[in-house]
Amino acid sequence: MNAAALRRILAQPGQALVALAVALFLAAFLIIPVITVMIAAFQPKGGSGFTLVNFADFFATDLFRRSFFNSLYVSAMSVAVATVLALPLAYFTTRFDFRGAVIVQTLGVIPLIMPPFAGAVAMQLLFGRNGTVNLLLDEAFGFKIGFMEGLNGVIFVEALHYFPLILINLSTALRNIDRAMEEAAQNLGCSGFRLFRRIVFPLAMPGYVAGASLVFIKVFDDLATPLLLNVKDLLAPQAYLRITSVGLADPMGYVISVVLIVASLIAMYLSLLALRGKDYATVQRGGGGLAKRPLGRGDAILAYGTILIVLVLTLAPHLGLLLLSFATIWSFSPLPDGFTLAHYVQVFSDSGQYIVNTVLYAGLAALIDVVVGTAIAYLVLRVGVPGAKWLDYAATAALAVPGVVLGIGYLRTYFGVTLPSGQSLAAFWGMIVLALAIRRLPLALRACTAALQQVAASLEEAAENLGATKARTVRRIVLPLMTGGLAAGFVTSFATAAVELSATMMLVQSSADAPLAYGLYVFMQSPAGRGAGAALGVIAVLIVGVCTYISNRIVDGDMAAKAGAH
Amino acid sequence: MSFTRRIVCAAAIVMPLAAAAQAPSGKLTVVTSFSKEVTGPFKAAFEKAYPGTTLDVQNRNTNAGVKFIEETKSNNGVDLFWASAPDAFEVLKGKGLLEAYKAKAEGVPDKIGQYPIHDPEGFYTGFAISGYGIMWNTRYVGAQKLPEPKEWQDLATAPYFDHVSMAAPSRSGTTHLTIEAILQTAGWEKGWGIVKAFSGNLRAVTDRSFGVPDAVNSGQVGYGIVIDFFGFSAQGAGFPVKFVYPSLSTIVPANIAVVKNAPNAAAAKAFVDFILSEPGQAVLFDPKIRRLPVRTASYDKAPDGLPNPFKFPWVANAKFDVDKSEKRFQPVDALFDQLITFQHEPLKAATKAIHEADAAIAKKPNAEASKLVAEARALIAAMPVNEAEAASAEITGAFTGGSGKEKAPRQAELEQKWAAFAKEKYAAALAKAEAALKAAR
Repeated sequence: MNAAALRRILAQPGQALVALAVALFLAAFLIIPVITVMIAAFQPKGGSGFTLVNFADFFATDLFRRSFFNSLYVSAMSVAVATVLALPLAYFTTRFDFRGAVIVQTLGVIPLIMPPFAGAVAMQLLFGRNGTVNLLLDEAFGFKIGFMEGLNGVIFVEALHYFPLILINLSTALRNIDRAMEEAAQNLGCSGFRLFRRIVFPLAMPGYVAGASLVFIKVFDDLATPLLLNVKDLLAPQAYLRITSVGLADPMGYVISVVLIVASLIAMYLSLLALRGKDYATVQRGGGGLAKRPLGRGDAILAYGTILIVLVLTLAPHLGLLLLSFATIWSFSPLPDGFTLAHYVQVFSDSGQYIVNTVLYAGLAALIDVVVGTAIAYLVLRVGVPGAKWLDYAATAALAVPGVVLGIGYLRTYFGVTLPSGQSLAAFWGMIVLALAIRRLPLALRACTAALQQVAASLEEAAENLGATKARTVRRIVLPLMTGGLAAGFVTSFATAAVELSATMMLVQSSADAPLAYGLYVFMQSPAGRGAGAALGVIAVLIVGVCTYISNRIVDGDMAAKAGAH
Repeated sequence: MSFTRRIVCAAAIVMPLAAAAQAPSGKLTVVTSFSKEVTGPFKAAFEKAYPGTTLDVQNRNTNAGVKFIEETKSNNGVDLFWASAPDAFEVLKGKGLLEAYKAKAEGVPDKIGQYPIHDPEGFYTGFAISGYGIMWNTRYVGAQKLPEPKEWQDLATAPYFDHVSMAAPSRSGTTHLTIEAILQTAGWEKGWGIVKAFSGNLRAVTDRSFGVPDAVNSGQVGYGIVIDFFGFSAQGAGFPVKFVYPSLSTIVPANIAVVKNAPNAAAAKAFVDFILSEPGQAVLFDPKIRRLPVRTASYDKAPDGLPNPFKFPWVANAKFDVDKSEKRFQPVDALFDQLITFQHEPLKAATKAIHEADAAIAKKPNAEASKLVAEARALIAAMPVNEAEAASAEITGAFTGGSGKEKAPRQAELEQKWAAFAKEKYAAALAKAEAALKAAR
C-alpha cells in the first residue's frame, strides 16, 4: 500500500471501519465456508495436494462443454425475451397517467416468487404436454405446442420467471430521470419513439443493465427450472447433480461451480464496462421522473392490451397454483375434477409456523442485504478505500455459489462452535437468515449501486461544504435520495428469499424453525400433499405480494411528497 | 421466537435423562426421507402411546439425510434415521454412525425370500416391505388407447414410445435398486439390454424419485417405473392410476436405525419397538401411506387391493446380493447416466427408427431388413465394460478416489470414454435402422 492510500484511509477512519466490517462479514459467511468446500476442485480425488487436472478433465468432457455453450445460449436468449416482456410494463406505468400503475408494478413482481416445486407442478398442469392449453388445443384443432420442451422451454419459463428483475430496476431508473432532460429534448423538437430511444432509454441505462445482468447470471446459475423441465445439459444442473449424487468427495462438481463463479464475474465485469465512462447522475431532484401524460384513446387500447397479454402470460403459473390449491383430483384433464377448501384448512391447522418463520427470516435477510449493499455501493462509488471493488466482486460471486455448497460450508465451518445453550451455532435459526442474506445480497447490491449511480456526488459535496459530516451527509442526503432503489433492493431480496430452498434444505434443524419453502417441499413429496403444498404456495405468493404492494406505495408516496415539496 | 422454545426443549431433554430407564419422554429427533403423509400418522400414534414424547420430524431426501448426519456427527442432535434405501443405511453403518439395537418384536420373520429383513448385525431394522414395478394413469392410457403393461420388456415395445418416465438411479435410491434387481435377475449383459431397450422409450429421465409418480398422477406421462407405495398411495389419494409388479422385480425392506450418540436413545429405541408392534404396523395401512408390513399377521387386516408380498410366487426365487450391489454401486449409476441419461436424445432417435423399421417389416417381411434391425438392437445393447470390469478395483477406485496409483483412470476420464462409446454405438444403430426401413419399403 502506498503512502497516499494510507493517508486517505487515516483521513476517514469511519469509512475504513465500515469497509473492514463488510469485509469481515463476507469473509465469515461467504468466503471461508465456500473455500472449505471448494478446495476439492483443486485436489486430486480422495487425496491432498494441488492439481489442475480436474479442470483439464472439465474441458475434455463433451457433456460439460455442451452444457457450457447451452448455458450461455439459454441465458442470453432469456435476457432478450425478458426485455421484451419488461419494457412495455415499465414504460407505460412510469410514462403515462396510468390507473392502477401500482397494481401493475406489484403484479409484475409476482412471477419472481414462484415457489420451487409448486410453480413447476402448476406450469406443467397448464403448459405441459398434457396440460390445460395443450389438451384444449388437441381437442379443438388436433395439435399440441411444446411450450415446455428442451432449451426453448427453459428460455420460456426463465424469461417469465425473471423478467421482474429488469422491470423493477428499469422502473426505478425511469422514475429517477430528470424531467428537465426530457423537456430539453422536446424543446429541441424530439418526440415519440426517437425521444425514447435517444434520451429516455439511455438515461435509464444503469437500471436496465443492472436488471439484464442479473437475469443473465440468475438464469446461468439456476438449476430448479431446467431440472423440473428435465433439461440436464446445462452447467448449473450438472454441478448440482454431481455434488448431490456423485458425492462430496468428487471434484468435478466443484470444478463446475468454480467455472460458474468465474463466468458470472465476467458477465458482471462486462456490464460494468458497458456503463464505464458515462455519467448518469442527475443533479436536480424532485422532478419526479418523466412527465406523466394522459393516455389518448388509441394509446390506451395499445397500452392496456399489451399489459393484459404480458400479465396473463406471467400470472398463468399462479393461476394454476390457485386452481391446484382448491382442486380435489386433477389428472389428464383441462380443469380439476372438483373443488374443496380442505387443503387450506389443513395448512392453517398445522403449518402456521412456516408462515411466521418465512416473514421473519426473509425480512431480516433483506434488511441485512440493503444495509450491506448500500455500504458496498457507497464504498465503491464514492470512497477511495483500496480494494473496495473486491468487496463488490466478492458479494457478487455469491450469486454463483450453489445453495447446497453454501449450506454444507456453513455446517463444516460452524457446527463445532457451540452457543451458551449447548446448541451448535450451525443449528441456530439465525444461520438460515445469514445464508439467505448472502444468497440474495447480489440482487440488493445491484439495486443499491444503480440507485447511488443516479445521485450526483455534487449534492454530497454541497452538504459537506456547508459543514455536514460524512455520516450526516449520508443519512440526510444520500439515503433519502436512494429510497426508491433501496426499496427495490429490499423487495427483490425479500421476495426471492421467501421462496429459497437449496441452502435452507441443508440448514433446517427442526420443523419448528423451518420456513415456508421447506414446508412446501415436504408437502409436495406425496400425492395427497399436492393440494396442501399448492395452498402453502398461494399463501407465500400472497405474503410477498402484499409486502411488495406496501413498499411500492411507500416509494410512490415518497415521490409524490418530494414532487409536492418542489 | 423459537429461541426460547429451544432452551425449554433442551432443558426438557436434559432433565428426564435420569428417569429415562422407566418411560421414554422428551423430544425425539427423526431425519427421514418419508413425506408428511407417512410420518404424520406415526407421530400421532406414537405420541399417544407414549405421552410426554414429541416426535420432531426433519424431512430430507435420503442423500441429504446421510450427509447431514455425517457432517453433524461432532455434536449429534439426531436420534433416528428413517428411510427406504438399504444402501443409505449401509453407508452410515460403514462410517460407524449407527448404534446396534435389536428391536423387541414378535411375528416378524428374519427373511423375505432370500433377503434379510433386518441388518444381520443389528444396526438397522426393517419395518415395511417395498417392491418395484410400473404404475400408469388409466385416463391417459384410455384416451390414447394404449396397452396395460405386465413386464419390463413390454415397456420397450413401440406403443410405449415417449410415454414412460423414470428417475435416474444416481438420483433415487429406489430406482437404483430396481435397475440392480434387473441386472442381478437377468444377468449383466441381458439386464442392460432390457434397461436400455425400455430407456429408449422414455419420455424423460427425472432427477427426483417423486417426479415420476407426480408426472403419472397429473397425466404428463402415461407410465412410470416406481416403488410400489407411490402407486398405492396415489390410488389411496384418489388418482386414476394402477400398479403392477413385473416378474423380474425384487422385494426390499424400508428401514429405521438409531443414530450413534443419540441425545434421546431411550425414546429412539421405544419408537423402533413401537413401529414393529401390532398398532405400529397397522398405521402402514393408512390410505395415504399404503405400505406393506413386515409383521405377517398384520396382513389379516389389510385393506382391499394391497397385496401380501410373503405370498408372491416369485419372491422365493428373487435374488438380491447386497454385497455385489454395494461393490458396483457407483459404476452402475455412472454407466446409466453416461449411457442413458446424458445420451438420451441419440438413444431415443435410434429407438424410434427401430420401431419404424419394425412396423414396415410387419407389413412387408424382408429378411435383410430384419437382420439390420437385429444388428441395430445389438448396437444399442452393447456395453463398454463387462460385469467383472465394473466391479474391478481399477474402476471402483476411480469413483472412491485416493487409490494412490499414478496410472489409475480418473472418474471424469472413464465417464467421457463411456459417453463417447454410447454416442458412437447409438449413431451406428440409427444408421442400421434407417437402412432397414429403406430395405423394407
